[in-house]
Amino acid sequence: MARLKLATLWLGGCSGCHMSFLDLDEWLLELTTFAEIVYSPLIDTKKFPDQVDVTLVEGAVANEDHFHLIQQVRKNSKLVASFGDCAISGNVTAVRNRFQEALPLLQRSYIELADVQKGIPNDRSVVPALLDRVRPLHSLISVDYFLPGCPPTAKHIRMVLESLPSGKPLSLHGNQLKFG
Amino acid sequence: MSVVTLTINQQMITANAGDTILQAAKDAGIKIPTLCYLDGLSAHGGCRICLVEIAGSTKLQPACFMKVAEGMQINTETHKLKEYRKMIVELLFAEGNHTCSICVANNHCELQAMAMAVEMDHDRFDYIHPPKEIDISHQRFGIDHNRCILCTRCVRVCDEIEGAHTWDVAGRGGLAKVIADLDQPWGEADSCTSCGKCFMACPTGAIFQKGDSVAQTEHPRNKLESLVMAKDKKQWHV
Amino acid sequence: MLKIDLEEIASKEIAARKPNRIHCCTAAGCLSAGAEEGFEQFQKEVDRLGLTDTVQVAKVGCMRLCCQGPLVKVQIADSTNSPFPIEDKHGTIQNNNQIEILFHQVHAESAKSIVAGFTGQKVEAVRGDFQSPFFQNQVSVILDNSGNVEPERIESYIAAKGYKGLYQVLHHFSLDEVIHEITRSGLRGRGGAAYPTGIKWGTVAKNKSEKKYVVCNADEGDPGAFMNRSLLESDPHRVLEGMAIAGYALGSSQGYIYVRGEYPLAVQRLQIAITQANRLGILGTRIFGTPFDFRIDLRTGAGAFVCGEETALMASIMGQRGTPTPRPPYPAEHGLWGMPTLLNNVETYGNIAAIIRNGSDWFAGMGTQTSKGTKVFCLTGNVVNTGLVEVPLGTPIHKIVYDIGGGAVEGNTIKAVQTGGPSGGCIPAEMFDVPVDYDSLAKLGSILGSGGMIALDNTNRMVDVARFFMQFCMDESCGKCIPCRAGTVQIHRLLRKILAGSADHADLDRLEQLCVMVKDTSLCGLGQSAPNPTLSTLKYFRSEYESLLKESDSTQRINLPLLCSSAQMGNQEQLSAETKGS
Repeated sequence: MARLKLATLWLGGCSGCHMSFLDLDEWLLELTTFAEIVYSPLIDTKKFPDQVDVTLVEGAVANEDHFHLIQQVRKNSKLVASFGDCAISGNVTAVRNRFQEALPLLQRSYIELADVQKGIPNDRSVVPALLDRVRPLHSLISVDYFLPGCPPTAKHIRMVLESLPSGKPLSLHGNQLKFG
Repeated sequence: MSVVTLTINQQMITANAGDTILQAAKDAGIKIPTLCYLDGLSAHGGCRICLVEIAGSTKLQPACFMKVAEGMQINTETHKLKEYRKMIVELLFAEGNHTCSICVANNHCELQAMAMAVEMDHDRFDYIHPPKEIDISHQRFGIDHNRCILCTRCVRVCDEIEGAHTWDVAGRGGLAKVIADLDQPWGEADSCTSCGKCFMACPTGAIFQKGDSVAQTEHPRNKLESLVMAKDKKQWHV
Repeated sequence: MLKIDLEEIASKEIAARKPNRIHCCTAAGCLSAGAEEGFEQFQKEVDRLGLTDTVQVAKVGCMRLCCQGPLVKVQIADSTNSPFPIEDKHGTIQNNNQIEILFHQVHAESAKSIVAGFTGQKVEAVRGDFQSPFFQNQVSVILDNSGNVEPERIESYIAAKGYKGLYQVLHHFSLDEVIHEITRSGLRGRGGAAYPTGIKWGTVAKNKSEKKYVVCNADEGDPGAFMNRSLLESDPHRVLEGMAIAGYALGSSQGYIYVRGEYPLAVQRLQIAITQANRLGILGTRIFGTPFDFRIDLRTGAGAFVCGEETALMASIMGQRGTPTPRPPYPAEHGLWGMPTLLNNVETYGNIAAIIRNGSDWFAGMGTQTSKGTKVFCLTGNVVNTGLVEVPLGTPIHKIVYDIGGGAVEGNTIKAVQTGGPSGGCIPAEMFDVPVDYDSLAKLGSILGSGGMIALDNTNRMVDVARFFMQFCMDESCGKCIPCRAGTVQIHRLLRKILAGSADHADLDRLEQLCVMVKDTSLCGLGQSAPNPTLSTLKYFRSEYESLLKESDSTQRINLPLLCSSAQMGNQEQLSAETKGS
């Protein structure tokens, strides 16, 4: 049987969800028996593949690169899961939304609070433009599955990944759906 | 006192006439979820989490207010009620800035627990992210309006148990907020006795003890229960 | 207290009247159009031309056709011997040889010219027409005195049979008889809920208590509704009389009128009316020499729409924050300060004295099987004639909109009427045959409400109408219960998103779900009815919503326009356009 093509994505987040993913420890070996990781910050692939079975998205959509990438992810993935609180709610990444727009935020961070070299970085080839507001993934593309937690525990990640070969991921219930 | 018979979720129970549905359910060991209600304080009826269906009435009624009656047939767990509760919780999360992961009350929060109880896995509504203030002018406590759900437990406990009435609500709709005295910094509110009952009663991380870090705040609800018992029954817990 | 003789006051008042009268509307609508200026000019000219013996200038209340204000009615006692040149009889009412001529838009110049008419000169002023369908299709029960009596003079009201009903009740009716009479009349509450008034009175009367309260809800706040304001400004004593009769029937000695602070003129005229009634012993202690005491006090609202909801209104009267509480208990058993309290609308009280004077059969003879009597509507929006309209309940909408309202302005077509304000709904033009009564409108998913009626034509977008009312409810939500506080905000966002063209079918579904949820779970009437304008426009004008949706794409959902700040780093337009458009 062909292995599932699994991708993980790291958008506006702290990578904590990926750390939790790594906490799967030796079970990761078992995972590779039925799934192949085709795209991830944990492996060295530059381009999001054309056909992916499941993509776990960590982090909120915060800049234009994220925005373009998730369109492609949605198009190329059979199942998309919001992986962790940032992808689901914006979480810490969205704390900056109290500024309502990107410019006042950049002003505050790079000019008002800067000690040296005051100025907003503006080379777009290096830094992507920020969206005015940080958005949860499901507000931009349709999302099939939600895995809350900051980060989701390895135990819950495993429960979900284990259920993938059945074609329909397991639904978490009650206390397994804890934010924070 | 006369006794009435009624059914809750097809289970027949008896209750004292004059009891609220919530009280009757509790006595019978049936749990009706609540958010703004707190034992020992007057009912508020604002959160709408405890709404129940009563056979023969098209209107949903809050269990914390509605009195029992003979032969009442009550349902607390219909599909409709569950869906409404979930939407209410989603509305609350969208309305404020309840970032659980960086909240002092993380793991000890009634709103967070309610989100689990209604199995909210994401919010279907747009997050508003309003810019709200944090008042840490009081010596011992702080209030973070971002996390306030306007349950008014603090208002009621301050008025009804402590008798100070430092807290009240000002403003309308989404701009409504809890204020100290005449909308001044909490630390400057003369009527505040610094008793900490509002802190004990708060369901979320809105009113917190200064110095607490993420997930450290546990509202000492048992202290409040002792006080209520002392007041109502003239006896102290030991 | 001194025993007063109503007949004597009335005959004195009538005897003092001069043969020719100029009635200037000084209700808020005409005042804002400059009625005061006209009134002063009339007085000046009458003085200047030495007509003070034969011509009287009076400040009266509303004459209904508000869009043509300032309105002035000239009454000439004897048409056969009139010095006033009337070129044609068109536009006059003849009654005992008396002529009434209506003038539109009377400012200083036309006022001058009208007075000059009494000296035989040609009159240069815009003539109105009492024979026009606007007036001919209307009746006068509640608005009987409006435009005729002087609201700031109690004598004028007494001369129009005022306080006769109260006198009658105090001398010839037992408490039960009053309630029986009101019940038999079939009068239902005019504030919107349409609860049978007699039954409500009976409930309060049955609750034994040392103290009871009679409260008049004059916190009219629906956009496009001004019936209560008009009545209070035009005929305040009518409301006081109704309340006093209620006080007698219920065994109450204290009444409150909760009037909104945005109605300064109504407050002022009520205050004057209460003072005058107190002075004559018609209110206060030992009314008409009987053992009945009844005092009326004013309470002014501070601008919150929710204070029109009865439990919030009572909280406000008691000096608390105006937020609603769940019912039961109802005010009839547990109201102001825990006492049984009667709460009725201004217009409900306005009907009482007439029912007592003319009998319940007379009242029940008007209207339909289940909705008796007449109702005052505020016809506004995109019709030719806007203003106050009084018709028997059960009058078809088309008669109100086309015959009385004159239909759409030229070139447009009427699409719907919105009834019942932010709690009501829209009724599409195809259903204009429906009689306007409580039950028929409820069946269509709207409500008769307090009487606001806004005509909408092809230039109005129904989604925008829904958005307007939702914004109103969102701004006016008190914030106590979550569905109303946070739900209206989300509904408003969804409507805005639809209007911006960035919503899809999933958003429309969510909008509907949320509307139903807010309706079912909100604490008070404000929240429970807030989704009505949205739900009813969705019901009848769904295509207008759907035409604004973007093609749904199963893989991509963009919510609100995602804007990158354009100043951030130069060329951002591309992304903005992309995200907006997709």
